[in-house]
Amino acid sequence: MGRKLLLDKAHIEGIRNYDVYRRNGGYAAVEKAFKMAPADIVEEVKKSGLRGRGGAGFPTGMKWSFLAKPEGVARYLVCNADESEPGTFKDRYLMEFIPHLLIEGLIVSSFALGSNRTYIYIRGEYAWIVDILEQAIAEANQAGFLGKNILGTGFDCQIYVQRGAGAYICGEETALLESLEGKRGNPRIKPPFPAVKGLYDCPTVVNNVETLAAIVPILNIGGEEYAKIGVGRSTGTKLISACGNINKPGIYEIDMTISVEEFIYSDEYCGGIPNGKKLKACIPGGSSVPILPANLLLKTVKGEKRMMTYESLADGGFATGSMMGSGGFIVLDEDQCVVRHTMTLARFYRHESCGQCSPCREGTGWMEKILHNIEYGKGKMSDIDLLWDIQSKIEGNTICPLGDAAAWPVAAAIRHFRDEFEWHVLNPEEAQKRNFGLAHYADPLEVSVA
Amino acid sequence: MAEEKKLFKVTIDNITIEVEPGTSILQAARMIGGDIVPPTMCYYSKLKNTGGYCRTCMVKVAAGSTADPRPMPKLVASCRTNVMDGMIVENITNPAVLEARKGVVEFLLINHPLDCPVCDQAGECDLQDLSYAHGTEGSRFEFRKRTFERIDLGPYIQLHMTRCILCYRCVHTANQVAGQREHGVLDRGDHAQIATYIRESLDSEFIGNVIDVCPVGALTDRTFRFKNRVWFTKPVEAHRDCPTCKGKVRLWMRGDDVLRVTGRKDQWGEVEDWICNDCRFEKKKVSDWVIEGPTTVNRHSVISQGHYTGIKKPGETFEPLMHRKPKLLMDIHAVSNVNKVDLNNIPGPATGKTFNGDPLSMGNNPTDVKEGVGRNMAGTDSTNPDTP
Ligand SMILES: Cc1cc2nc3c(=O)[nH]c(=O)nc-3n(C[C@H](O)[C@H](O)[C@H](O)COP(=O)(O)O)c2cc1C
Ligand code: SF4
Ligand code: SF4
Ligand code: SF4
Ligand code: FES
Repeated sequence: MGRKLLLDKAHIEGIRNYDVYRRNGGYAAVEKAFKMAPADIVEEVKKSGLRGRGGAGFPTGMKWSFLAKPEGVARYLVCNADESEPGTFKDRYLMEFIPHLLIEGLIVSSFALGSNRTYIYIRGEYAWIVDILEQAIAEANQAGFLGKNILGTGFDCQIYVQRGAGAYICGEETALLESLEGKRGNPRIKPPFPAVKGLYDCPTVVNNVETLAAIVPILNIGGEEYAKIGVGRSTGTKLISACGNINKPGIYEIDMTISVEEFIYSDEYCGGIPNGKKLKACIPGGSSVPILPANLLLKTVKGEKRMMTYESLADGGFATGSMMGSGGFIVLDEDQCVVRHTMTLARFYRHESCGQCSPCREGTGWMEKILHNIEYGKGKMSDIDLLWDIQSKIEGNTICPLGDAAAWPVAAAIRHFRDEFEWHVLNPEEAQKRNFGLAHYADPLEVSVA
Repeated sequence: MAEEKKLFKVTIDNITIEVEPGTSILQAARMIGGDIVPPTMCYYSKLKNTGGYCRTCMVKVAAGSTADPRPMPKLVASCRTNVMDGMIVENITNPAVLEARKGVVEFLLINHPLDCPVCDQAGECDLQDLSYAHGTEGSRFEFRKRTFERIDLGPYIQLHMTRCILCYRCVHTANQVAGQREHGVLDRGDHAQIATYIRESLDSEFIGNVIDVCPVGALTDRTFRFKNRVWFTKPVEAHRDCPTCKGKVRLWMRGDDVLRVTGRKDQWGEVEDWICNDCRFEKKKVSDWVIEGPTTVNRHSVISQGHYTGIKKPGETFEPLMHRKPKLLMDIHAVSNVNKVDLNNIPGPATGKTFNGDPLSMGNNPTDVKEGVGRNMAGTDSTNPDTP
């Protein structure tokens, strides 16, 4: 059994309510934090090695220490609860079932960063969770953990929940800030970075829900203790939302010491592939990260076991590796068609592009159209190279990482499954009738590494 | 005297220049001038917060600064990246930059109608210039292009969204110059569009400037639509005493007629002074203006080459190569007077007669103001039933 720090109390009846949460050790981190100096909390987070859980994996302590602190200017903490990445649904679970964990993390973090007004920007579709969060905020206010002069320290803090209107791009931190200010959710051009000029031009930290929730156990057990969990620079526990062709889809908290193979096949986690099917491919970190075929998923090119850590998942770069991303673990069995799958993702990115920069606005639509042709038996061999060329001209040439996120899945699918694309072109009728791709990638046990 | 300000040394395509801190790479390149200036489609030095969208101005930063000489990992938008001391930038000397730019041009064109033959912007269109300079010949896009309906934004401005490249310049102009904004970008991604929320007209005394800032033919002057090709009109600088703006404009003349009034554009295609709607749309008589003299057109090649007289006949290449005379079906120079007629001498559109012995004859312009008829506010929109 791996160690649980976030979901350890999730099974307790009524944990959504303040009383139950408090009785089970809740808000101890706030009490501890308010006896510390804010700079020491930041130091503790640095020691913990916690990395951002929103996708990029940027060290949180470092991000916090970059926050500019000009005299007489407000600072803001914004919690990114926009969670719209296909395959990622871990923040939803945290907020829906243990909302006080997030609120507690937010109070501690607000104190550490000096934010008197803290915002939770939540995706519009999570409408019912807004009520849950507001209930929790009201309870925390009642208990004196929020409001004016919290615990007699003279520190004021209030948390506001703001609903988005259902745009994936508003999860990008600067688009989120624009949207929060009431403007069109277009990503800003950086620099300046939010740490210097963020919400209302004030220094701002934007963190993911899970990142902020993890502040609570870090304070409770101490940064050093937290850093002992996991391997290398992948410290602590991570929530993985697993879905696709697995026996037990759901949210799992892993300490980053297990292998990918164990995660997929062990009964503690995904419980293997249903109906005796074989593993074909997997997207280990949410729809934006490169897809990996089974052989490269379970072992790295060096022949080492691939582990569920930031480093190991990225081993081999994009040529043979992928990314931890936001922890959306999507498993494809032998019946799934990679072309169809890639088309679906391309459609998503086309629909979600904000349309500011030309490569992303035009390129995402173009890629979707070509993929649609290939999938529906109208593709040409040259389309595959064209797709490759288009994605290469989007990647790295855009304002925000959505352009990259749209390019990577297409690039990885062609890189690893090129013959499946070719097969679609050569056998248009059959490809449509079966509606699934080639099965010969699925060979998890006899790993032949390219 | 105060301490001398430290200047930053920046090298662009092997040319070094010293600039003040806070200068963008693009501005530094413009100070150097010549071929190394990256093309721009969305940046506008006269407007704040423009640039960064179109990605045509991307360059490679080969060394960030003397203090931190690491190269920047990605290409950067030169209009939105400030120089550092000791920065080394590669534009046309870096094949990867040119390749990426080619890609951007292709992206800008895949959904573009390319109806230059019927587009009022043709001849002074930044997208035309850009695609000549950096584009490829053909297109690899094999799908139906995105189209929008044309919308009249009030009496003066027509929006042809299909041609828009979403550079956001008109949005910034409305915010910063016109003082009020009734239009903006609706929707997102490749279905994003410039629009008013419901079909409203744009009215503000300075809103006409959106026509000048629009790099393409998406926002056009309804008082000029289809009246003439820009290269048949002669630009002259003029001014008047205007209570609203500085009144410094450029008139686009055909004979003694003022067909169009615009702001004066500098060598980067940016207007020097914003002008008001009154000057732009209502003052179409020569007597309204004090003429200063002809404009020197140095950038928009098509216009500067619009001298249809005294053109040198090209040398024949056929004889030296084939060692015989070509078998001519018809000598175009013998039967046509096209190259001999000075179109500036006639105040209306040329007709067949003009070129067939009667060089001063001309046709009627359907949108010309007719005595007693009143101004044709509807323009010549073929989709508009009220059009004459
Ligand atoms: C297109 C796009 C969408 C994103 N969506 C989310 C999101 O839904 N939730 C999130 O936490 N981070 C999202 N991010 C990442 C954020 O920009 C940002 O990196 C993150 O909130 C930082 O928090 P962290 O340091 O705690 O990871 C997104 C990024 C991009 C480019
Ligand atoms: S990359 Fe896409 S989503 Fe990001 S700013 Fe550009 S157009 Fe918008
Ligand atoms: S906007 Fe420019 S490129 Fe487009 S049709 Fe008009 S002239 Fe041609
Ligand atoms: S209408 Fe013209 S100025 Fe406005 S965004 Fe489109 S191209 Fe730019
Ligand atoms: S001019 Fe720099 S991005 Fe458009």
